[in-house]
Amino acid sequence: MTGRIFDIQRFSVHDGPGIRTIVFLKGCPFRCKWCCNPESQEFEIQTMLMNGKRKKAGQDVTVEEVMKTIRRDQPYYHRSGGGVTLSGGEFLAQSEFARELLMTCKEEGFHTAVESTGGLPFEVIERVLPYIDMYLMDIKHMDPEKHKRYTGRSNELILENARKIAAASGTQLIIRVPVVPEFNATREEIKEIAAFAATLQGVKELHLLPYHRYGEGKYEALGRPYEMAHIRTMTDEEAEVLLAEAKKSGLTCQLGG
Amino acid sequence: MAGLDQFRIKKSERIQHLVYHLYAKLPEIEADRAVLLTESYRQTEGEPIISRRAKAFSHILLNIPIIIREEELIAGSASIAPRGCQTFPEFSYSWLESEFDTVETRSADPFYISEQTKRLLRDIHPYWKGRTTSELATSLMTKETIKSMEHNVFTTGNYFYNGVGHITVAYDKVLAIGFSGIYQEAFEEDKKLKVSDPDYVTRHFFLEAVMISCKAAVAYANRYAVLAKQQADALEAEAVKNLGYSSALSKRAAELNQIAANCNRVPEFGATSFYEACQSFWFVQMLLQVESSGHSISPGRFDQYMYPYYKKDLEAGKITRESAQELLDCIWVKLNDLNKVRDAVSAEGFAGYSLFQNLIVGGQNADGEDVTNDLSYMCIEAAMHIQLPQPSLSVRVWNKTPQDLMLKAAELTRTGVGLPAYYNDEVIIPALINRGLTLEHARDYSIIGCVEPQKPGMTDGWHDAAFFNMCRPLELVFNNGYSKGEQISIQTGDVTKMNSFDEFYDAYKAQMNYQIGLLVNSDNSIDVAHATRCPLPFESCMVDDCIKRGISLQEGGAVYNFTGPQGFGIANMADALYVIKTLVYEQKKITMKELKDALEVNFGIPDERTIFELASTVFTGLKAAGKEVDAATAAQVIATIAKEYMSHDYKYLLDMIEEVPKFGNDIEEVDEIARDAAYTYTKPLEKFFNPRGGQYQAGLYPVSANVPLGAQTGATPDGRLAGAPIADGVSPVAGRDVHGPTAAANSVAKLDHFIASNGTLFNQKFHPSALKGQKGLENFVALIRAYFDQKGMHMQFNVVSRDTLLDAQKHPENYKGLVVRVAGYSALFTTLSKSLQDDIIHRTEHISGV
Repeated sequence: MTGRIFDIQRFSVHDGPGIRTIVFLKGCPFRCKWCCNPESQEFEIQTMLMNGKRKKAGQDVTVEEVMKTIRRDQPYYHRSGGGVTLSGGEFLAQSEFARELLMTCKEEGFHTAVESTGGLPFEVIERVLPYIDMYLMDIKHMDPEKHKRYTGRSNELILENARKIAAASGTQLIIRVPVVPEFNATREEIKEIAAFAATLQGVKELHLLPYHRYGEGKYEALGRPYEMAHIRTMTDEEAEVLLAEAKKSGLTCQLGG
Repeated sequence: MAGLDQFRIKKSERIQHLVYHLYAKLPEIEADRAVLLTESYRQTEGEPIISRRAKAFSHILLNIPIIIREEELIAGSASIAPRGCQTFPEFSYSWLESEFDTVETRSADPFYISEQTKRLLRDIHPYWKGRTTSELATSLMTKETIKSMEHNVFTTGNYFYNGVGHITVAYDKVLAIGFSGIYQEAFEEDKKLKVSDPDYVTRHFFLEAVMISCKAAVAYANRYAVLAKQQADALEAEAVKNLGYSSALSKRAAELNQIAANCNRVPEFGATSFYEACQSFWFVQMLLQVESSGHSISPGRFDQYMYPYYKKDLEAGKITRESAQELLDCIWVKLNDLNKVRDAVSAEGFAGYSLFQNLIVGGQNADGEDVTNDLSYMCIEAAMHIQLPQPSLSVRVWNKTPQDLMLKAAELTRTGVGLPAYYNDEVIIPALINRGLTLEHARDYSIIGCVEPQKPGMTDGWHDAAFFNMCRPLELVFNNGYSKGEQISIQTGDVTKMNSFDEFYDAYKAQMNYQIGLLVNSDNSIDVAHATRCPLPFESCMVDDCIKRGISLQEGGAVYNFTGPQGFGIANMADALYVIKTLVYEQKKITMKELKDALEVNFGIPDERTIFELASTVFTGLKAAGKEVDAATAAQVIATIAKEYMSHDYKYLLDMIEEVPKFGNDIEEVDEIARDAAYTYTKPLEKFFNPRGGQYQAGLYPVSANVPLGAQTGATPDGRLAGAPIADGVSPVAGRDVHGPTAAANSVAKLDHFIASNGTLFNQKFHPSALKGQKGLENFVALIRAYFDQKGMHMQFNVVSRDTLLDAQKHPENYKGLVVRVAGYSALFTTLSKSLQDDIIHRTEHISGV
């Protein structure tokens, strides 16, 4: 079985506990305007023009090929309580490949995490859930209309899936909020998300991920306009205000992963 | 974490002041020692050298000016000026005289020197002509050895120009019995001798020299006692004048009275308190550096030998953690007060005024139990308080190292001072056993200088014996043993006619073997020169078994003897060999001729050094043919070469080379080559022995010589351009490790660190964000432990952002206190030369995954 990835990043310490290897799967049903990995959205293999050099975004790999890279950092997972994180794109868009990869990771004793919007039918999620130790799930907004305007899709399915994932045993659910000025960076909007997260069974943690512009160059490399060019990044003080708001929900909250 | 909180101790104001005064002025060269030494030598002509050395040491200590600096609690300064230095003409002097007028303005480690000092030194220098260790060493070396050094294949300059240093003496012995006790030992041994014994003469004069040296050390300390008492009395008198009472004056007077009492007691006798132990330690540490100019005189397992004194006083309520911490901090400041002037070239290789006084904490005892204690933590705290390069702080790590100690150390790493360095017991102990140490001795190891392990108090390790540039023998393969038109090595044949990678690799090994033989000749010559002209009775009396055997360290008195010259350029060699293996022999994308031509002209990229190199070859040819090379001919030759040069475009070749996988990315095939390339140095070397009866053992670390020696190396097949720095230590070539710190560490761990028992050095650079928060510290510790699980030997870190360093280059005035890790030691960034600064900036910076 092969899957399509666009990167494997080692020594990642922000997406799950300990030192981790992140596998970035290509393809996503959402089109978030602030997406920092625009090359993750299309499933098709693309060509990027980075610093005058052509670079291919996307390659097809077998589960075993990915495992070979994952295994190399086993000593670091062991010492740090780390493991493997699947990210994207949306890993659920390649659920069968992901399932086999996660299953193999579990067989070999690696801690598994996913970063996901959870925006596909629950039947898809259900098939991978038994092999996931930690689900880092994005809740971007509580207003369906605004959600659709900024991400291309509404949020009903996401919220419903969040409840179901929370109820599943054996997977720790953590809610993450990309905090984007103009979209959701107000106390009111963060408060609503945090309040929702607090109602989820077993959820204890909420991460606010302040918007950054690291992805801007990639839009240019893909020949796409960067619609967020006018947005400024938040100051630390502004982020702290939102963090304080989120904490009122009673959840353990932090800035960054 | 409650456990760690007890060691968060506030820095006293005194420490702030001491540091401020230490760095107020440019360090200064002083002539007192050299003048006194010469006076004594003139009076002892014709006596045994060991007696002359002891008498000179004594003459110096009885007469050299002394000073107690303001607010100091620990007395003893080798120079009047803060961070000043003495000179050592018995080893070498002519370089200093020729640099009198430039030493103050040079880029690496400038020193102020007064006209008066210059005059004093000029007066005595003629006496030393023909009498130095360096002159004797040169006369002992073969022609071929000297030639190879002239052509920069290796350099043994460190011990050629200076004393050897590189030792950890038995500080614990002085703490326990004092110099009066050691005197007694020598006296008893001497009594046992019969004048008719075959070795009576050697032994007797050595033991007598030890006794003279012990007495001298005591007399020197007593001079401080007198001075302290005088100053105390004066302050008290002043206090009385000031209407009878001034708390500040009285307080300082009390401190000075305490200093006087301490200096009357130690190091003559065993220490009875922690404070006395600190003072005793300090006299030993500084006097070793007055006897000889060697650097890397390393305190070693300070937390172990000081602990009994600390524990006793703490339990008795005589000290608090805070008062003990202040004494430690004072010692830390003093360790930065010692200094040394090197010649301009060496100063580049050891940049940052570094004395490499390595002090190590944690680890196991002779019985294999973890012996981390309060002082282990407080030593780390001291480094946090003073934020200066000395001492080079190290931490021993093994499976039973408390996580708290690791986290405390990581906190220090996070401050960006490049301290501590981390060492793996699980590799070093077996590596030392393989060199003949007993299990108990190996477990009690400490680190000398940059990264060199040894058993303290029993070893003369000659740890820093040479820099061997592994790229140069590769150049010699391409040029069939020629350099600048001169044959300086064996002929391994026409490289373009080598039909297989194995044939090529064999030629490289042959060049390596030949040059390693010459390196050994160089080191052994210098070794004999030191034994003949500069045996060191004071140092010897604190290393077993000199007194029992009745000979100095320099003549082989230590229990363990080694010579440890270090090779560097592993990563360049690995990458170069892999390029040749794949592009030339396997894929046949380029020919060897093409590669050879490209290297000769630095891949067609104009470079003065390469043009000069090519021109020298032509000149040598012309001269050999009996033709004279006048200025006009020379200019014409250079112009032709430059033009020819520019006409080549090898960009395609550089692009092709760039695509070849490189060391540092956790790729089996490349890492295998790296492992083997290291063997071309480490394996032949261990077959050789030194005049002290000890084995050669390789180190793989460059100090900072990878930059100046890289400047003398032509383009290499890995795509490194002529003159560019060579990779530092066992680290990947800067910028070529692109898969993050774990991949780089995995590659480096694949080298055989056990055989490189003189130490390996792995540098990683992190952006401060990677160590943020408690989680950042924990992951960082996990990274070290996981590298060590895979049998890496040593790891050190720079945690400073690239932006900060670039800004510090632009505005050095704002960054006077910025300390960075160079290679095996830390130094103030702004004191380093531009090229070394650039090298540090270019090391790959690992930011944790975004």
